[in-house]
Amino acid sequence: MKLWPVTLATLAKDIRLEWRSKDALNSMLFFSLLVVVIFSFSFDPTAEESRQIAGGLVWVAFLFSTIVALNQTWARELRNQVLDAYRVSPAPANALFLAKALGNFILVSLLEAVMAPLFMVFYNLRVLGSAWQLIPVCVLGTWALVASGTFFAAMSIRTRMREVMLPLILFPLSIPAIQAMVEATRIILSGDGSPRFWIVLLLTYDVVFTTACLALFETVLQAE
Amino acid sequence: MPQTIIIASNVVKQFGRFAALRGVTADFSAGKFHVILGDNGAGKTTLLRALAGLAHPTRGTVSILGKSPHEACRDIGYMAHPSLLYDEMSGMENLRYFARLYEISGDTRCEHAIRSVNLDPALPRPVGQYSQGMRQRMSLARAILHDPQILFLDEPFSNVDVHSAQEMVGLLKRMRDAGKTIFVVTHQASLLEGVADEFVWMQAGQIVDRTTHFVQNITRANQP
Amino acid sequence: MKKAFPILAILTVLLLSYAFYQAIWVAPTERTMGDVQRIFYYHVPSAWTAFVLFFVNFVASVTYLARRNPKADAIALVSAEVGVVFCTVVLVTGPIWARPVWGIWWTWDLRLTLTLVLWLIYVSYLILRRFSDSAQTPKLAAVLAIFGALDVPLVYFSIWFFRTQHPQPVIGGGGSIDPRMLHILLINWLAFSCFALLVCWARYRLEMLKRDVEEAEALESLLEVGPRDSKAEIPFRGEPR
Repeated sequence: MKLWPVTLATLAKDIRLEWRSKDALNSMLFFSLLVVVIFSFSFDPTAEESRQIAGGLVWVAFLFSTIVALNQTWARELRNQVLDAYRVSPAPANALFLAKALGNFILVSLLEAVMAPLFMVFYNLRVLGSAWQLIPVCVLGTWALVASGTFFAAMSIRTRMREVMLPLILFPLSIPAIQAMVEATRIILSGDGSPRFWIVLLLTYDVVFTTACLALFETVLQAE
Repeated sequence: MPQTIIIASNVVKQFGRFAALRGVTADFSAGKFHVILGDNGAGKTTLLRALAGLAHPTRGTVSILGKSPHEACRDIGYMAHPSLLYDEMSGMENLRYFARLYEISGDTRCEHAIRSVNLDPALPRPVGQYSQGMRQRMSLARAILHDPQILFLDEPFSNVDVHSAQEMVGLLKRMRDAGKTIFVVTHQASLLEGVADEFVWMQAGQIVDRTTHFVQNITRANQP
Repeated sequence: MKKAFPILAILTVLLLSYAFYQAIWVAPTERTMGDVQRIFYYHVPSAWTAFVLFFVNFVASVTYLARRNPKADAIALVSAEVGVVFCTVVLVTGPIWARPVWGIWWTWDLRLTLTLVLWLIYVSYLILRRFSDSAQTPKLAAVLAIFGALDVPLVYFSIWFFRTQHPQPVIGGGGSIDPRMLHILLINWLAFSCFALLVCWARYRLEMLKRDVEEAEALESLLEVGPRDSKAEIPFRGEPR
């Protein structure tokens, strides 16, 4: 059975549902704003220092918001056991994974689009390197967190303490990706060398982990 | 002679120290209406889920039409006490989405399914605002949408008003007469007297009896 | 097979004693670091043993997913548990060594950082095993182990490159090693490996026993009779089929 029609139908359904209630979206936007403000209060460096640590700050803040977004990925499917309806159908498990991952990607990108300008304002950041390079870093980095995160969120729904289980599993495995994002951002902001290695590492991480997620999602979905 | 289409062979389902199913072996014929009965904890739901492919046996096999339940998924319809529907969408929107999971395009079959449970396809109200009876009927519509040969229903009449329950029983009877195979787990077996072909009694994870009539008010014999 | 266990146990005790003697008395004292350096004979073999055990875990997890063999799952569990213990030894001996010699508690050097990340991954693995529904634990754990294994080379490269950008002190120093020290290092590694094998084996037998007991309990065929459920309207209908 073909993958993309089901993926797009599921993605469209999720967007429509989110648009109707806007619950999750509004609270996450506000949460993201709070995170930026609290970080700005806690870390108040000089302009030169900011460029060195902004990469870390921004991505850790994104990580917080991403966890909040990821934790509600499967909430609607769990509510009335809708996941059973999916499991019993011939639709490929991958299609569901891709739809959820893409949905989360859009959601988290939206949150980042709100948070990043705020950070630039609070820290008076100016990009000394080539700013366009931030785009691949952002896209690849967000996908790294969101793809694995969606997968591990599906694993954690089959455990007790699900909200804690997700970051517990996700953080150790994301360490190389997070390091790459942070370093690349620092290099671009301070114009200090080339972020090429880190972008390639992020790309490798994305390819390897997305492939693994696609290969193993069926096992996780049908694990009962 | 009725054809055997479902074979359960020494099915064991273990959850840690508790075995919900302890070696269930049974054949089920096509075109019959089977009711599964037993006390709470007897294993009725687990057996139904094992037959539908939602619970993988710890040991033993389930074969449907000569295939595993997952391979036979296009011929299986499943319904449970939770509605397996999205509360925020209308009935028609829900069915349109689930139709995509079965590669069914167009609205005709969705409308037909909804009408067959005596609900209005044009009703814009979200499913979350339905009465329990309406919700269960809509869930049944979802289960029969792809015209499956075999239906598994887990407590479909629970907390449902008499009128809705009778509607559903009527529809199931018509489906059985048209050659479908139906399995119902219920505590309200009296609803199905005269309609069901067989009553399957379970206790402590095993099938203890299979009768053609449901007899009330017989006091329990002395227990071992 | 059962006879081999006590033999291995005795061999392990002998090897550990011999290795200890070699490390503490026979090994030459390191010129710059003094006697503290002897912790090296525990720090490094523990790291190698942990890595081997995690590799065993990976192979067992893949085997489980391919064959659904419960023994493979038990081996995965056992190797993860013992691996985490050895990993902890590395992470504790590292700072103990570093502080008196280099004046720092921690450094993001390759071995130590990799060990820390592996420790985090496998602790999360053990927690996942503990908190998941027991019918699903083997599958979920095996999947996580595969992700862990895929992560390791990525962690290695990211730390390696990070260190070329931000040079860090290296615990244990670089450069060549005195052949006598290498000899003793290998003896210690052999002793540790036997010890690891011994513990894993014992733990494996314990785990298989535990599973057998659980299964027997679960399948007890005493038909238990509970209180009549008044909603059920079900009469008891006689003997089992």
